[in-house]
Amino acid sequence: MTPVPVPRQGRRHRDRVFRLALVAPSIVVLLLVGVFPLVYLIVVSFQNLTMSDTDTSFQGLLNYRLVLTDARLWQSLLHTLIFIAVALPTELVLGLAMAQLFIERIPGRAVFIALLVLPVLVSPIVAGATWALMFDNRFGPINQILGWFAGEPVSLLWTIKPSLVYAAILIAEVWQWTPFMFLLLLAALSAVDKSQLEAAAIDGASWWRTFRQIVLPAIWPVMAVAILIRALDLFRLFDIVWALTKGGPGTMTETISMFTYVKGFQQFETSYVAAVSLLIIVLLSTVVLWTLKRVELSR
Amino acid sequence: MRRRRLSTVLRTAAAVLLTMLFLFPIYWLFMISFKTAEEIFAFPPKWWPSRIGLGSYAVLFKDGDATTVANSLVIAGASTLIAMFLGTLAAYSLARWRTGGEHLANWIISQRMVPPIAVVFPIFLLYVFLGWVDTRVGLILLYTAFNLPYVIWMMRGYILDIPRALEEAALVDGLTPWQVLWQVVLPMSRAGLFATAIFTFVFAWNEFIFALVLTRTEVTTYTVQVTHYFGGQSNFWAKISAMSVLGTLPIFIVVGFLQKYLVRGISMGAVKG
Repeated sequence: MTPVPVPRQGRRHRDRVFRLALVAPSIVVLLLVGVFPLVYLIVVSFQNLTMSDTDTSFQGLLNYRLVLTDARLWQSLLHTLIFIAVALPTELVLGLAMAQLFIERIPGRAVFIALLVLPVLVSPIVAGATWALMFDNRFGPINQILGWFAGEPVSLLWTIKPSLVYAAILIAEVWQWTPFMFLLLLAALSAVDKSQLEAAAIDGASWWRTFRQIVLPAIWPVMAVAILIRALDLFRLFDIVWALTKGGPGTMTETISMFTYVKGFQQFETSYVAAVSLLIIVLLSTVVLWTLKRVELSR
Repeated sequence: MRRRRLSTVLRTAAAVLLTMLFLFPIYWLFMISFKTAEEIFAFPPKWWPSRIGLGSYAVLFKDGDATTVANSLVIAGASTLIAMFLGTLAAYSLARWRTGGEHLANWIISQRMVPPIAVVFPIFLLYVFLGWVDTRVGLILLYTAFNLPYVIWMMRGYILDIPRALEEAALVDGLTPWQVLWQVVLPMSRAGLFATAIFTFVFAWNEFIFALVLTRTEVTTYTVQVTHYFGGQSNFWAKISAMSVLGTLPIFIVVGFLQKYLVRGISMGAVKG
């Protein structure tokens, strides 16, 4: 096979076409699910569509005014923020502590790590169902174990009682995702320069000082990505809550994702849901852009 | 020396305790699926079944509920293949020629950050219009689109790790850029392709919201099927647990063999494996 000499100019043009042709199919697919919904949401949010009302006349800012005064919506946002504010630091600290534990050699280390990671691989809806079994007031092991300590049968209603539902959801959430933090932080810790740690030890630096000045700066890039991924996931929290409480009792544990689902697919308030969805997208993009400007992500 | 050994013993003990703590819910789920109805509703709860009973699974297979695992397999498998193909092509272009510059790369990764719930409603209406609700095509296309940013992002990272000199040598030898991609780049990023495909598959396999909204009866995935057994006071625990195990076990087995790719995969490339 002898290569056909191609004139320089023609070849450069052909390469350019080739590069764009490689990207084009992906961009078309992304536009389809990324841009179409956005345009649709913007248009519909200015109308007043419901399941029964198909009038497509424009209603100005009606839905946006409703958004501002909808207590249930803002409460669901608050619930979501509570879940993020408690679960994220807990997972981070526990994950870091576990990573510290496993950073040194112990027998069977690889096996332990492989087993500890399993919760991450479970589908969140299955994780929720699993914890519903665990928390059952009569046939679940949690109340049984508490009963051993209490010395009498315990039958706490973990998924119904207002003072317990948050604890139940947070325990399930932290159980599933602490191993995620652990795995990433363990990888980051393994990459910390050992000679620096030894030098600090010889200088007699305290554990906290060594951590602040050597370890933390070294693991920060990975930690930042881990926090960002988890924060975004927690913002869309749905499955675990769906399996455990369905947002109840009442709407006490309803997250923003669940609120949108109920309004859209159970009450069919089309235009209102469009306005809420846009609010979510704008809110999230602002936070993410703000974060990305401050944290240099990998590469 | 003595102190060191003590520390290792303590660490190992802590590791055993932690692992038991984290595995206990999974053990409980699996164990319940092997119990008989009487054992599930025994009080106080029993921590192991009297024998390994497969009755709960037999019911799922007899009623046809187990086919939802096949639906998950077809949908997750097909969307993974398509996303890998399209995404790898785009990743190559982005990695080698910085096509579209930083802006395009950032736009693509930002697509992954959009919460599904914000776009699922318009997509649902579009699908009603197209007649795609409760079809395989609908879910496959949607999962493809949602996994594309991940595939492009990951494969771009893997391809950037390949030394460029090899490709240039191949070009000098007279290969076209397309041949270089297939004969040089892809074989060299085989590990990356593999790892990325696994995680793309796991995302689609475990997905719930889209499947909940866009399936009815024909192509229900296993995650939606599990929730069909929730109900008021009397949850169908035997079915919940057996269905969950049918959906979870394949993932455990597959990823069990691929431990070494795990960290890079779930950190979206932030940790190089």
